[in-house]
Amino acid sequence: MTDHHDHDHSELSETELRVRALESVLTENGYVDPAALDLLIETYETKVGPRNGAAVVAKAWVDPAYRARLFTDATAAIAELGYEGRQGEHIVAVENTETTHNMVVCTLCSCYPWPVLGLPPVWYKSAPYRSRAVKEPRGVLADFGVTLPDDTAIRVWDSTAEIRYLVIPMRPKGTEGWSEQQLADLVTRDSMIGTGLPNAPEAG
Amino acid sequence: MALDAQAAAEATNALRGLPRDDGGPVFRAPWEAHAFALALALHQRGVFSWSEWATALAAEIKRAQAAGDPDSGETYYQRWLATLERLVADKGVASAETLHRYRDAWNHAADRTPHGKPIELKPEDFER
Repeated sequence: MTDHHDHDHSELSETELRVRALESVLTENGYVDPAALDLLIETYETKVGPRNGAAVVAKAWVDPAYRARLFTDATAAIAELGYEGRQGEHIVAVENTETTHNMVVCTLCSCYPWPVLGLPPVWYKSAPYRSRAVKEPRGVLADFGVTLPDDTAIRVWDSTAEIRYLVIPMRPKGTEGWSEQQLADLVTRDSMIGTGLPNAPEAG
Repeated sequence: MALDAQAAAEATNALRGLPRDDGGPVFRAPWEAHAFALALALHQRGVFSWSEWATALAAEIKRAQAAGDPDSGETYYQRWLATLERLVADKGVASAETLHRYRDAWNHAADRTPHGKPIELKPEDFER
């Protein structure tokens, strides 16, 4: 098995290079306003991917055998549900427990498990998030409205070009007997990045 | 006219083959959304009409099929990107040479950028 951590520079695929080339030429020519472009792209962030991820999480909550496969080889377990990324990209599932909370950061917009989470949110790519997530994760979580018990350890995972992390949040209490579909509706994008928690079941 | 969901809906209506679900266009990777948004922006600037775009895209798909492309949904945005490149060159917006120079510069920028830092294009990326 090769060491996935030994790449110390960034990689862009041939396709990404061509898209970036177009984007910068058109921006310089004044044909494209990058801010307007970002705004439009942002509207797609929440559209597709996070539903894929939510299905993975919900299945892991109800199916112990799937859960085991997910933590052994997440790329394969996710592909079982029909969600596949580019070759050579591995997704690693990290499990939130009562004692450990996981949070994912990456400084490159391309380092994001998009087959399961869709397009990265703008804040994920922002300098403040990238720099603060590692240094003061608790402060970042507070900004997202998440407060964890003091004795919960926070692990921050830095994505690489080859390894993307998917946080598997804890199943909300009070959801015994729920279907996968019902459970998937509780799983938010941010809960799979680790900057949020799944929605609580509605009272009553 | 703003570059917004309404413009996207208009494009989705005009382009039958566009991968979509009930909520509008869907993308398999971030770059696809970028390529989509770029076409939207150029359309708004009046560089091409959607019917002109559809004709160019169909020609691109035909060319790829002739070269053995299976034309599955997976390659739709590859053809889309090729169409963008062709049209901006045909319309005199940016030549193939310019695009190639920028492509090389981005590659250089990626190479010199340590993992974990945002990749930014700098003037020296063009000097090689």
